[in-house]
Amino acid sequence: MMKKRKERIDRGIKARSEDIFALSSLREMIYLLIPRAIPVLGLLVVSPFLSAYWQEVFISTAIYALLAISWDLLASCGLVSLGQSLFYGIGSYIAGALNYYLGWSPLFTIPVATIGGGVLCTIFLLPVLRLRGIYFAMVTLVLPLMFLRLVEATRILGGTEGLTGLDSFPTQLTALYVIQLALLAALFGFRRIMGSDYGLIIMGINDNDRSVMNAGINIFWYKTQVLFLASAVGSFAGAFGTHMDMFAGMPGFALDYSIMPVAAAVVGGMGTFAGPMVGSFILVPLSEILRALGALRIVFYGLFLVVFIVALPEGLFHYIQRKYHQFERWVEVEK
Amino acid sequence: MLFGTLVYGFINSSILALLAMGFNLTFGISGVANFAYGAIYIFAGFLTWIFLNSIGINYFLSVGISILCSMIVGILVYQVIIIRVRGLILSEVMATFGLGLVIMELFRYFDFVGFRYTLPVFIDGSISIGGVYVDYQRLFIALIAVGMTLFLYFFTHHTKIGLSFRAIAQEERTALTLGINSDFYGALSLAFGSALAAVAAIVILPLGTIAVEGGYEVLINALAVCIVGGLGSTVGILIASVLIGYAQTFTANYLEPHWMILVSLIAIAVVLIVKPSGLFSHQKELEERI
Repeated sequence: MMKKRKERIDRGIKARSEDIFALSSLREMIYLLIPRAIPVLGLLVVSPFLSAYWQEVFISTAIYALLAISWDLLASCGLVSLGQSLFYGIGSYIAGALNYYLGWSPLFTIPVATIGGGVLCTIFLLPVLRLRGIYFAMVTLVLPLMFLRLVEATRILGGTEGLTGLDSFPTQLTALYVIQLALLAALFGFRRIMGSDYGLIIMGINDNDRSVMNAGINIFWYKTQVLFLASAVGSFAGAFGTHMDMFAGMPGFALDYSIMPVAAAVVGGMGTFAGPMVGSFILVPLSEILRALGALRIVFYGLFLVVFIVALPEGLFHYIQRKYHQFERWVEVEK
Repeated sequence: MLFGTLVYGFINSSILALLAMGFNLTFGISGVANFAYGAIYIFAGFLTWIFLNSIGINYFLSVGISILCSMIVGILVYQVIIIRVRGLILSEVMATFGLGLVIMELFRYFDFVGFRYTLPVFIDGSISIGGVYVDYQRLFIALIAVGMTLFLYFFTHHTKIGLSFRAIAQEERTALTLGINSDFYGALSLAFGSALAAVAAIVILPLGTIAVEGGYEVLINALAVCIVGGLGSTVGILIASVLIGYAQTFTANYLEPHWMILVSLIAIAVVLIVKPSGLFSHQKELEERI
C-alpha cells in the first residue's frame, strides 16, 4: 500500500504579493484586498440594515470582540489573562460614576474611562507583571472577583444595585457606528503594531523573554505599554457597554466578560486579532439565538472552549488563512 | 466569645484543609491542572443526594458509588481532555475550567437549586467543649481533616504511587526513564483528587445546602490554600488552611460574613505578588517570574 502525506505549498500569488511586495496586477491587489475588505464592508454596510434587535446584538458582539482583541494583544506578549472582566468592570464603573455623580455626557465619560481605566488597570497589574504564565493568569482570575466582592461588601458605587438611569446614546445608529469604528481601529491598529518592529519585540517576549532581555531590551517597559493598550481597549468596551445598558454594576466584573473573550480567542485562533473577532461574531450571536435556554448559554461557551482547545487548537482563522494562502495536495511518501 | 471563635476557627481551618486536599494532590503534587475541581465537588454532592432521595438506596452504598463515579469522572477528564494538551499548562487550566463551567451550569439548568438539596449528617446532636456548643458533624470534619492530612503526608512520602505523583511533577522525563508511566499516574492522580473532592463534599455539605455557587467558592478556597501554602507542599497546605481559616472566622465574627470569601481572594493576590510559589514551597521557584 502506498503511503501518502499532505503537502502544503504557498500560492505563488502570496509570495509575490507579500514578500516581494511588487503588485503587478489587479488580481494580486484584489487577492490582498479581499480579506481586509470583508470585515470593513461586512460591518459598516450590513449592520444598518439589520432589525433593531439584531443591531443591539451586533453592538454587544462588537463589545465582546473588543475584549477578545485586547485579550489577544496581552496573550501575544505572553500575558494570558483569565479576567478580562477586570478591564470591563473598571471602565464601566468609571464611566458610570462620572455620569451618575457628575452628570458628564457619554462624549466625555467614555474617553476619560478609556484612558483612566487603562491607567488604573495597569497600576493594579503592575506588581504582577514579572510573573509568568499560570501565575499571572491566576492573579487576573482573582482580581475581578475581588473587586466584585469588595463592591458587594463595602456597598460603594451603588453596592449590589449598581448605578442605574445613566445617559444613553442619542440614537442606536450612532452607537452602532462608534463601536464598529472602534473595533476596526483596534483590529487594524493592533495588526499594524504586530507587523512592525515593535510587534517583533512583543512576540519575542512571548517566545523567549530571557533572550529578549539579553538583547538589552527592557521587557517590563514593553509589557507595561502592552498592558496599558489592552486595558484601555477593554475599559473602552466597558464604558461603552455601560452607556448602552444605561447601567453600571456588579455584572461588569462577572465571569461572562472573562470567559467569553477567552472562548472567542480560542475558537477564532489566537495571535491574529482577526481570529478573536471571528470567534466573537460566531459565539455571541449564537448565544443570542440560544437565549431561550437560559443558563445553558454558559454551558455552550464552556463546551466551545473545551472542544476547540482539544480538537482544533489553532482556531478557525488560522485554518481559513491556510486554505486561502496555500494549496494542498497528496504526495507519495518517499522511502 | 474568644474561645468560641478559636474553636470555630479551627473547624473552619479543617474545612479548608479538607477542601484543598484533592486540589493539592492533582495540581500541586502531580502538576496536572484540574480546575473542574469545584464542579466535581458539587457533582459528588448532587449524585449522593440523587442516590439517597430519588433512587432511595442505603447511605453507605450511595456514598461509595458517588466516590467511585467521581473517580471515573477524574479519569475521563484526563483521558479525554488533559492528555491532548498535557504540558501546555494554560490550555490544561482553560480546558478543565471550561469543563467545570459546563458541569456546574448544567446542574443549574436542570434546576438543582433550592434548600431541599441537603445531605444528612452522620450523627445528630452536639457536644459542649469548654462552654462552646459544637455539633458532631463539625467534630467529624476536624477529625477527618487531621486524619486525611496525616494520610496524605505518608501517602506522598512513603508509598510508590505517592512518590510517582511527585516525580511526574518534578521532572517528567527523568521519571519516564525510571519506569514511571506519567500518563497512567496523571490519570490516577486526577482520580484520587476527584475522590478526595467527593469525600470532602460528603463530609462538609451536610452543614449547608448543595448549591452551584458553592462549586465556584470551593475552587477559590482550594486555590487560595494551595497558593498560600505552596503548590505541592502538604505541610504548607496545613499551615495555610490554619492561617486563612482563622482569618476568615475572625473577619466573619468581627466584621461581616460577606467578607469571608474576600479573605481568600486577597490572600491569593498578596501571596502571588510577594512569593508566587507559596510560603512553603521551593518547587519551580525559578520559573515563576523573571
